[in-house]
Amino acid sequence: MNHLSSETFRENARAALGDVHLRGALKNATSLFGERRKAAAASLPNWEDLRTQARAIKDEVLSHLDRYLVEFVHNAENRGAKIHWARDAAEANSIICGLAIGTKARIVVKSKSMTTEETHLNDALEAAGMQVVETDLGEYIIQLAGEPPSHIIAPAIHKTRAQVAELFTAELGMPPTDDVAQLTSTARATLRDRFAAADVGISGVNFAIAETGTIVIIENEGNIRLTTSVPRMHIAVMGIEKVIPRFAELDVFLKLLPRSGTGQRLTTYQSFITGTKRQATDEGPEELHIVLLDNGRSRMLAHPVTRQSLACIRCGACLNACPVYQQVGGHAYGSVYQGPIGAVITPQLMGIEKTAQLPYASSLCGACREVCPVKIDIPRLLLHLRGEITPRKGGVSERLAFKLWAKVMMSPALYKLSSRAGRLLQRVVPISRAWTNGRDLRPLESKSFHELWSNE
Amino acid sequence: MKVSLFVTCLVDQLWTSIGVSSVAVLRRAGCEVEFDQRQTCCAQPAYNTGYLDEARQVARRFIGIFEESRADAIVSPSGSCTAMVRHYPQLFAGDPEWLLRAQSVAARTHELSSFLVRVLKKEDVGASWQGRLTWHDACHGLRDLNLKSEPRTLIRNVRGSEFVELDHADACCGFGGTFSVKYPEISVAILDQKIDAIERAGVQAVVSGDASCLMQIGGRLSRKGSRVQVMHLAELLASDSRG
Repeated sequence: MNHLSSETFRENARAALGDVHLRGALKNATSLFGERRKAAAASLPNWEDLRTQARAIKDEVLSHLDRYLVEFVHNAENRGAKIHWARDAAEANSIICGLAIGTKARIVVKSKSMTTEETHLNDALEAAGMQVVETDLGEYIIQLAGEPPSHIIAPAIHKTRAQVAELFTAELGMPPTDDVAQLTSTARATLRDRFAAADVGISGVNFAIAETGTIVIIENEGNIRLTTSVPRMHIAVMGIEKVIPRFAELDVFLKLLPRSGTGQRLTTYQSFITGTKRQATDEGPEELHIVLLDNGRSRMLAHPVTRQSLACIRCGACLNACPVYQQVGGHAYGSVYQGPIGAVITPQLMGIEKTAQLPYASSLCGACREVCPVKIDIPRLLLHLRGEITPRKGGVSERLAFKLWAKVMMSPALYKLSSRAGRLLQRVVPISRAWTNGRDLRPLESKSFHELWSNE
Repeated sequence: MKVSLFVTCLVDQLWTSIGVSSVAVLRRAGCEVEFDQRQTCCAQPAYNTGYLDEARQVARRFIGIFEESRADAIVSPSGSCTAMVRHYPQLFAGDPEWLLRAQSVAARTHELSSFLVRVLKKEDVGASWQGRLTWHDACHGLRDLNLKSEPRTLIRNVRGSEFVELDHADACCGFGGTFSVKYPEISVAILDQKIDAIERAGVQAVVSGDASCLMQIGGRLSRKGSRVQVMHLAELLASDSRG
């Protein structure tokens, strides 16, 4: 399957709407996630307080990010981690490839990381001659299929069980079955082998604690535990916004993130990694490298409105709640980050030139804001981005139309005149088929309310 | 109490019975209603599409007109347009004078059901309507103005009617202003979820608080030849056993 582009969201979406398998898979998954999230949130009496606290912590970090990053780096280095700063995706990839080449790695195992998806690290590692193996089951499935993830936490959400079974038969040579236990145990056996042979393990980071220099990664499958402990080198890649001040503050996020993402009270594994092993007899990698990635984040940080985009903890709740995502899925967005938060982050990371369709891919219903565990006002951000897009990318006819619209709305006389003209013309001028292809159009009234009121 | 009616451009041009009904309901609730003939639009189409200069221009005009009114409240039969007026301060963040004027007009502007229930403390306006009906939560009323119990309370007190909750009543109908014509296929795909839920509910009418959602839902119901009618809350509350 070709990787879709954000520039063609409209066409991507249209194709997705015609794919019955995709729509079935999306409907099942998003409604299940949505219901579980709701139940999990309701199980905590102080859910709203937790959201407020989480956002306050994020706001504090984002207003003093320089200070907290320095504190984190200082403490992580003291415990033996090596820190690398990457201005952009290319720099991050070159640092990571350099480290892997330096340790003569041939096989690299990876745990699920949106940040490395963002930098397209796998392509860079493969170009450097490495064999890269994704070890999260969903990521493994889409790696076998040669597809990008379509959901922030459930990368293969767009695939049905039957499609996964076909893929495993074709790629892993297993006998045809749609038995989930057999499918997962085949993947598990294949992956165990790769863990044992891997030279480098690459992970993302959910939270980086400034006070202790600890990185925290949460998961359900145990593959992160293996990725970060079996190979002799562990490289953790994190956006600079992932830092939180104190260990105690983790409590709030560990309550919010799993509940918002999958509806779990807690994920099966939480890995806390503070530096390298202290003694030769300890378990764990000999080297820990932490790559701190900017890639447009400091630009988001600089603007008072867009800054809140960096509060995102990548739970995926807004995707599940979004009526647009529910219909078209993640691939339509043509970007690593999908759904409402993707429509906000992608244009800020990649620039609006090639992503101008994304902020319009929303009815502004606000369901995303309602479920966001860190209270990001996504509709507000979408509106802000739309305001940036129109002067540069708004179509000539649309710009003209809104200029004309403003003229009419500014003048009661013009308003009344155009209302009369509209009534006369509606019988002869063809109405936009964009509306009438799927819906009947209500005709204009023969007398406006203004006229009715004057006649009263 | 004196009320200045902001009827909205959509109601003015496409659905005047919502305006007429709003006046009737407000009068029945004891209000004196005025209507400023200079009013046009709240500026939402431009604001939501990203034409901020045009939105500011039209918003300033709205503020200028309604701040002259001596009425105790500005009332509108639309959660979406009321929410737009409440958002005006965002448009004037860098302009202290207009920010203040925007805030003061925003604070006086109310959506009809919330004005009746929260301000006038009227939960029963004496309406009657025969039949089974349901309620669609329009997004901006629900999530920007937190209207959930108010319309339901008013509907439950309509004599003769049987109220049933819609499955996913709070799910978007897919209208979204210019979204409905920028991405019509997605808009209709979202809408079809709503239509399915309405059909499952087995009602004679679906009621909502925004003409825009009703245009969207009604347009699809009529295309599908459905007999379910769409009705604005104001129309229901003004009705007298005509169902």
